[in-house]
Parts: sequence; structure tokens; C-alpha cells
Amino acid sequence: MGRYILKRLLAMVPTLIGVAVLIFLLLRVIPGDVVEARYLSQGSQFQSQDLMDIERAKLGLDKPLWKQFTSWMTGLARLDFGVSMWTDAPITQEIKLRFALSLQLALMASTIATLLAIPLGILAAFKQDTWVDYAVRVFSIAGLATPSFWLGSLMILAMLVVFKWVPPMVFTPLWVNPWDNLAQLIWPAMAVGYRYCAVGTRMMRSTMLEVLREDYIRTARAKGLWMKLILTRHALKNAILPVLTVISTEFAFLLGGLVVTEQVFNLNGLGMLFVEGISHRDYTLIQALVMLVATAFLTVNFVVDIAYGWIDPRIRYR
Amino acid sequence: MAAAPQTLDELARAEAPRATWLSAVSGFVRQRPLGAVGAAIIVLVLVLAVTAGWIAPYDPLMNDYAAMLAAPSAGHWLGTDAFGRDVLSRIIYGSRTALTVGLGASLIGTTLGSLIGVASAYFGGRVDLVVQRVMDVFFAFPVIILALAVVAILGTGAGNVILAIATPMVPRCARVVRSSALTVREMPYVDAARASGYGHARIILRHMLPNVMAPILIMGTAFLGEAILLEASLSFLGLGVQEPTAAWGLMLRGAAVEFAETAPWMAIFPGLAISLAVFGFNLFGDSLRDALDPRLRTQ
Repeated sequence: MGRYILKRLLAMVPTLIGVAVLIFLLLRVIPGDVVEARYLSQGSQFQSQDLMDIERAKLGLDKPLWKQFTSWMTGLARLDFGVSMWTDAPITQEIKLRFALSLQLALMASTIATLLAIPLGILAAFKQDTWVDYAVRVFSIAGLATPSFWLGSLMILAMLVVFKWVPPMVFTPLWVNPWDNLAQLIWPAMAVGYRYCAVGTRMMRSTMLEVLREDYIRTARAKGLWMKLILTRHALKNAILPVLTVISTEFAFLLGGLVVTEQVFNLNGLGMLFVEGISHRDYTLIQALVMLVATAFLTVNFVVDIAYGWIDPRIRYR
Repeated sequence: MAAAPQTLDELARAEAPRATWLSAVSGFVRQRPLGAVGAAIIVLVLVLAVTAGWIAPYDPLMNDYAAMLAAPSAGHWLGTDAFGRDVLSRIIYGSRTALTVGLGASLIGTTLGSLIGVASAYFGGRVDLVVQRVMDVFFAFPVIILALAVVAILGTGAGNVILAIATPMVPRCARVVRSSALTVREMPYVDAARASGYGHARIILRHMLPNVMAPILIMGTAFLGEAILLEASLSFLGLGVQEPTAAWGLMLRGAAVEFAETAPWMAIFPGLAISLAVFGFNLFGDSLRDALDPRLRTQ
């Protein structure tokens, strides 16, 4: 087990290096750079080339690519993300509050999704091909089809009309005022959670259907066991693993992938930061963000793999 | 009534194709009612896109300054937007954008993805290892971030949006197709083809690819709905299709948000169009998967 964990952890390194190379190159292919973006934002398009070159030299953009890359990598290895090219503030400081917001939103959305998806999926599978099953399937396919940013807009609109409530402009962290914080985040969490719950419900239904056809379920029914007990004790344990995988993979992506929903709800999360960073050509910031999201994704995958062995004793790692 | 058929043979020839076509449709409707609903929605969107020029009541780009932000009425069934453009007409024309981007992205994504997947399984060994590691790298990016990066490089506009949406689909399709192709690779007919001295390209394209069509079709339909959603998201951010083109995500942006309280029709109907279209593709895709993938077949 220990060896397996070590092997999996080491296997993450080449993937992360690949991600680093890819985003480093992608960013440099995007036309323009931070110096140009800054002059454009100030409205002065015709800066002298010399002045811009001096600015670039200050940011180290005049060095050859491999040098830029290695200095970024050596920084990363010491967990030093550097400073934002746009604001000059340390990147950890830029990301800190937004990360808290995105993490909390992702956690809330996945809690909502999991609590809904598991019972709904079991119900649909148990009542296969009845109107209950069709209702759950239509509900979940509609969830996949509804853009969460549109659902969010409708929620805001409804609350504006009914309660005269407007989403606040600034984010209140949980530790400052828990009530305000939850009131602010519950709606986006629900808008995102619906889509996410749909993914989970479908997976739960299909794995449950497979398991319910197994011989040991028939045996359990023949013994006269309560259906409730069979579903929760016998079937759920064997059907839950793929659902866990789906839910946790989506969770990792929620951290950085809620670009549009954040925009609708006026939330300054990692997704908005990403869009800003791209338009500012803030290389260091985007690189740090992408590494953060990729690391979260790989870590979640790793934890799920380990959890598999713990939940299902038949799976053994070598 | 037309001249009655004279012989049994003629009768069979006259009736048979029609009867089988009809019974095939009714069989599909009875066996997979949800899939039939999906197919009906897809047909509706297709018809809208093809006949937009005839059925749309107004020119989607025409500004009627006398009727800006007009509520739904007999003249404008779904109201008008902040520039006095008819919302219904823009939704009808928007189906063209949605279908073009959806079909284009899903076609490019699945084609490239399946070629990479099959080739990776066929060559195996070191090639497979390298391809899989590269795919892992792409997997670690959230879909929308990868799409945004590609848009930043190529610029906005329908063609570039298609490429941006296809990019994250390639590795996902490749992974699924590869796992199916791994079993096909072990089939005796692949060995036979190699023993006959056929080239790699011929074996991959003529012998292996046709036998992994089922997962490719399933991925393709699933991608269609996703691509339409992703296009809407990108357009909503202002990084997709550009004004004045009629596109559903674009219609939800700007004035639709600003005047949401006074002119909610601008914020509601285009979103409904997106949801309905994607809903149709997903319903149909699900039924297709059930029909094509025996392991997932429900009894």
C-alpha cells in the first residue's frame, strides 16, 4: 500500500510538468503581452518601442523562453509563485480570498449534488421504467441541458421581483459573517449543484441497475430481507464507487471552471480571476492558477483511487 | 385511388418499404419514448435552422427603433431586445449558429479523438504511453479554461469557437475510443490484415475504425449538446460568436442582464431555446447509447 501511494504520488510529477509546459507555451502564443495590455488599458496605443522593451526587461520577458521557464520552475519547486505581472502583488495574496470563495462554493455545490443524486439515482433504478424513473431521468437530463449561468440569472431575477434582493457586490468570508456568507453563496451553489447532481444521478442510476441484476441481490430478496436493507446494505456499497469518481472529478473542476456562473452572481472567484488574467496577459498569475487547478484535479483523483481500496476491500494495490 | 397493384409481387414492392419505415419509427417511439421526444426536438431545431429565412417573422438584424424593449405581443411574439430586434426571429436564426458550432466542434473533436485513440491502441508500447501521458495533461485542465485559452490565441468568431470547443473534446474521445480499440486490436482479423502486408494507415482506417464506431457515435452525440452549451457560455462571456450574429448565448448577455427586471423576455426565451435544444440532443444520445452499447442496455 505504502509503495503504491508513493508510486502514484511520483506519477503526478510528469503530468504536472506537462501541464506547466503546455500552459507556459499556450500563454506565449496568445498575441500581445502584459506590457501592451497595460498601455492599451491606459488608452495610449502608440508607446515607443524602447519604453516597452524596458518594461519587458523589468518583468524578465526579454530573456529566452527556456530561461523564463526554468526560473518559474525553480520558484514552483520552492512553492514560490512569484508576483502578478499586472498588479505586482504576490500571487498567493491575489489568490487567497478568491480560492476560499471558490472552494466553499465547490464544497456547497457538491454537498447539494451528492445529497440529491444518491437517493434520486437509487429511486430511479429501483423503479426502472415506471413514471418515477422517467421523471427522474427527465429531471436529470434537463439538469445537464440547462446552462447554470442562465439558471442563475433566473434565480436572481425571481428574487429581485419577489424579495427585492440584489446579489451583493463584495464577498463576505465565512469567518466574518457566516449568515451573510451563506445567504450569498447558497444560490450559485444551487444553480451549479443542479447540473452537477444530474451527472451524479445518471451514474448512480446506471450502476445501481447493473448491481440490482446480480445474483446476490436475488438471494437477498429470496431470503425475505427488507428491500430497504438490500438497497442500502447490499446494493449501494457495490454501486457507489463510480458515482464517487464522477462527483469528485467534477468537484476538482468546479474550483476553477465556474467562470460564467461567477460572472452572473458577481462573485470574485478563481474563474473570474482567470478571465481577467487572460485579458491582462498576466502570465505568472494564469500559470499559478492553472497549476493550482491541475494539482487539485490530480490530488482528488489520487485520493479517490486510495479511497477505492478502502471502500471496496476486493481492490488491492500493488 | 391509383391503379390497384396487379400481382402479389407488385403489392409487396409497393407496400413493403413504406410499411417497414413506418413500423421502424413506431417501434422506436414505443420502445424508447424519451429518445423519440429527443429526436422530435432535434428535427424541430434542424427545420428551424434550415427554414429560418422563410419562417422568421423579421430580419434578425433589423432594428425597429419604435419598438425597443417591447413586451411580447401579436406583432412580436417573444418581444424585442434593446435594439428593437425581434427576439423570436433571433432565436430562430440562432439555431443556425448553435447547430453549426455544435456539429462542427463535435465532428472535429470526435474525428481527431478517434484517430488518436485508435492509433494509440494499434501501435501500443511506447507510442501509446506517450500519447496517454499527453492526454493526461489535457485532462487536468477544466474544459472551459482550455477553450478560453484557445479563443485567446485564435480570436473570437464562429470558426475559432468551433476549434476552441473541439480542443477539450479530443482527449476525452481519444481515451474512450482507445479502450474499445484495445480489444479490437487483439481480433484475428487485425492479425490477418497485418499478415497480408497492409500498411498501418489502412489497418487503422479500414479495419479498426469501423469496429469502434459505436463509442464514437455515442461520444459524438454527447458532445453535440455539450458544444452548444459551451458555445453559449463563451458567447455569454463575449468571447464566442460576435454581435450582430444571432446566437443564443449572446442574446443573454449585456442588455438582457441590465433590463432583466423590466424586460425579462430577453433573459428567459433564449435560455429556454438553449436548454430545449441540448435537452433534445441528450435524450436522443442516451437512447442511442442504450441501443448501441449492449452492456448498458436496459431490459
